[in-house]
Amino acid sequence: MLKQIEGSRAVAEAVAMCRPRVICAYPITPQTHIVEALGAMVKKGELNAEFLNVESEFAAMSVAIGAEAAGARAYTATASQGLLYMSEAVYNAAGLGLPVVMTVANRAIGAPINIWNDHSDAMSQRDAGWIQLYAETNQEAADLHIQAFRIAEELSNPVMVCMDGFLLTHASERVDLPEQDQVDAFLPPYVPRQVLDPDDPVSIGAMVGPEAFTEVRYLGYERMRQALELIPAVEADFGAQFGRGSGGLLKLYRTDDADLIVVALGSVLGTVKDAIDELRGDGMRVGALGITTFRPFPAQAVRDALGDDDRLRRLVVLERSLAPGSGGVVTADLRAALATGDGGPRDAIVSTVIAGLGGRPVTRDSLRRMLTSAARGALPAFSFLDLDMGLVEGELTRIRAARRSGPTAENILRDLVGRA
Amino acid sequence: MFQVRFHGRGGQGVVTAAELLASAAFREDRYAQAFPSFGSERMGAPVMSFCRIDGKPIRTREPVSEPDALLIQDPTLLHQAGIVEGLRPDGYVLVNSARGVKDLGLDDFAAQHRTGRLLTVPATNLALTHLGRPLPGAPMLGGFAALTQTVSLDALLAAITERFTGKVAAGNAAAAQAAFDFVTDELEAVTHHA
Repeated sequence: MLKQIEGSRAVAEAVAMCRPRVICAYPITPQTHIVEALGAMVKKGELNAEFLNVESEFAAMSVAIGAEAAGARAYTATASQGLLYMSEAVYNAAGLGLPVVMTVANRAIGAPINIWNDHSDAMSQRDAGWIQLYAETNQEAADLHIQAFRIAEELSNPVMVCMDGFLLTHASERVDLPEQDQVDAFLPPYVPRQVLDPDDPVSIGAMVGPEAFTEVRYLGYERMRQALELIPAVEADFGAQFGRGSGGLLKLYRTDDADLIVVALGSVLGTVKDAIDELRGDGMRVGALGITTFRPFPAQAVRDALGDDDRLRRLVVLERSLAPGSGGVVTADLRAALATGDGGPRDAIVSTVIAGLGGRPVTRDSLRRMLTSAARGALPAFSFLDLDMGLVEGELTRIRAARRSGPTAENILRDLVGRA
Repeated sequence: MFQVRFHGRGGQGVVTAAELLASAAFREDRYAQAFPSFGSERMGAPVMSFCRIDGKPIRTREPVSEPDALLIQDPTLLHQAGIVEGLRPDGYVLVNSARGVKDLGLDDFAAQHRTGRLLTVPATNLALTHLGRPLPGAPMLGGFAALTQTVSLDALLAAITERFTGKVAAGNAAAAQAAFDFVTDELEAVTHHA
């Protein structure tokens, strides 16, 4: 059913149709509306689930783990510091092979404290053993949750659905929400691979020493390899059941004849596509590669999509997080994908552009300028979009001038006020 | 694409107003996107929200920087720096005030602006009369519908009735209708005068 609906609400309705038995969450902006809506549904009796208001994110993930171990489909949501606070349990869910589904409403990580959107939170957990899916629109966010339960439970591996905080969670747009019977036909009841049963006792989470830890880890690696095959199959099934494309490993936009391709994740792809259409109008051959599945990283699919002819000259990776001392998280995976395996554009020049940190808008104007410069060969290997060098220089000057230069965040905010 | 920027204060319902407008456009089979200015909103602090309306899917996620219309829900924000920033030439401006454009000190701005594009509507008074609470969102949208004809009054009233229930729905709908009539009359007077 087509609705004009807030992203958080659409996700809550999609999750409810997946019939979770346990929902546990601790509120944190910008995730709160999702679990608020689910809580209201449980209270009204519209959703038959246990809703637990836990005392922290660590408890939220621990309850989800406990629920899954008891054979119940479990869901939680968090963001930013909340994801960091639950991190130990995040790793445990994956290590135990428990198919928890969690929404991460992507938000920056402090300090400085910042409630706005970027991908630092989810990227910090990229090696936790979870599958990570990134939504471009609220339609996709809703659809990915339905697919996430199916993928998680088939593999017995947790799935994180990442949706941009505020940009998606708080945006009202058109979403086609499925009917309950369609979701029931797509998502079978949860049959756990392991379950705590007093009549048939097992221990979940036994200590494993050097004699077999590597093998347990290998099995996690193997599940990720299987995920690379399962995710496109689930995408195809979803398309057949619901009549629209959503999910999968990656998506392409106007790449056929492109000599410059932007690689990005999440909602910024919408603005990127608008910028591409404008630049195409000016005769630039530019396209986009959207990565929907970031973990496992679809290296072969990326190589296949980019092709191995000489046409593709440049790749620009738009990073929504920064890996200090290294550069860009996505760039590293992309470079590794291009350097290994079969095919792929081995000679393409790869540039990293750090964009939209802590909620700074990524505008079409800035994208157009950056891509025009990339096409001319003038884009550095590593740069920040719309960096205010004046502010940076001001603080660097203070640091050089005096030992006790003071707190950077406050200094910079004072400089901003002084400018106005 | 038609782009609207709402200015108000925390607690005045600018986010709800943007969502109602999106919902009205959706009812007319158009695509709409409404979103807040993503601040840590506090009661009384200046806040913004945005709405885009188009005949095709809206992909961009950037804030509205070149609005076709401004809805200013609190006239004390009028002289805030940058409030009309980016407004398209001959863009619409609707200000919530019981006073006229001249009384608000907008003479200079009005003189440079096309007739019938800058108007005031007593949205808070209308809300107090019909709803009993000083929430100007719905009447501002009623006035906006009359001023810009971007959405029909019917679609707007349907969106209001869907969003609220009982007396709140009826009060908001009545306030929106009254504001629509007020601005329609105002436009006739301006056009006649011109």
